Amino acid sequence: MKGNTTLGQHISLGEVPLWSWLLTLLLLAMLFVLLSASGELLAPLLGQAAGIFNYAHEFAHDGRHLLSVPCH
Amino acid sequence: MLASYLRRGIAAGLLAGLLAGLFAFFFGEPTVDGAIQFEEAAAAGQHEEEEEIVSRPIQKVGLFFATGLSGVLVGGLFGMAYSYFGGRLASGSEWIRSLSLAGAIFVGAFLIPFLKYPANPPTVGDPATIGSRTTAYFTMVALSLLVVLGAWYAARRLRELGVAAPARQLAVGLGIAVAVGVLFLVLPAGPDPGEFPAGLLWDFRLSSLGTQLVLWAGIGVVFGLLCERASRREPLGS
Repeated sequence: MKGNTTLGQHISLGEVPLWSWLLTLLLLAMLFVLLSASGELLAPLLGQAAGIFNYAHEFAHDGRHLLSVPCH
Repeated sequence: MLASYLRRGIAAGLLAGLLAGLFAFFFGEPTVDGAIQFEEAAAAGQHEEEEEIVSRPIQKVGLFFATGLSGVLVGGLFGMAYSYFGGRLASGSEWIRSLSLAGAIFVGAFLIPFLKYPANPPTVGDPATIGSRTTAYFTMVALSLLVVLGAWYAARRLRELGVAAPARQLAVGLGIAVAVGVLFLVLPAGPDPGEFPAGLLWDFRLSSLGTQLVLWAGIGVVFGLLCERASRREPLGS
């Protein structure tokens, strides 16, 4: 069965392993930090500490704009 | 099986992300530079000088970092989505299934949200509203993906129920149109570009559309090729 790609063969939702759900959440969180997090956006949540996200914001700045995510 | 799809997704995403970065560098960066020049010209009268944390040349390196890493992350998500949905898609080959899934996610995660909230260059949009704009954008992304998922599911159910193709496709098409129309009406309007030059805005948005198109086309193509190669090598399993 491993690697077999016959049409129609699929896993049901209950069979999706827990680690892949956790990994999905982790990847989404990383995507958010990469594309959206900034000091201004997170200040209401994190206060002063949110400032460190400004470096991520500025470094990924052009990519954020050109990938169409609201930037600033 | 899940792990090998994940691996292929990450590889496809990295390559597609770097290609998207290359496209954005040649077609998008000139418009970003143009927007920044416009911003500086507009601010010339005022005393306020914006402090620069990261210089422009470094930001252009950051572009490749952003698109490459985005590619890796969405590629990983694509691989996991494929391991779940791939076997459920009607098309006969992994090549076509990979392209179909990439196309569907492109439409749901990018194209529909882009029509409501098109990409904006630097200077467009009030920084004070970034929170509400970000929330609105990601809400739109999530709901558009749900519309695409719902349309696919409805089409599948109707086919199982034996509804003829014209009636089925019209019903699903109409459903998509109504759902997208409701999203456009209900969610708040995007920012007003104000005095920003319309030609430059159009060029920027077109290059943003192109960047995402290269990303998703790249993921669909490379992932499909990797799957085809794997099934040629080991036709009965790994």
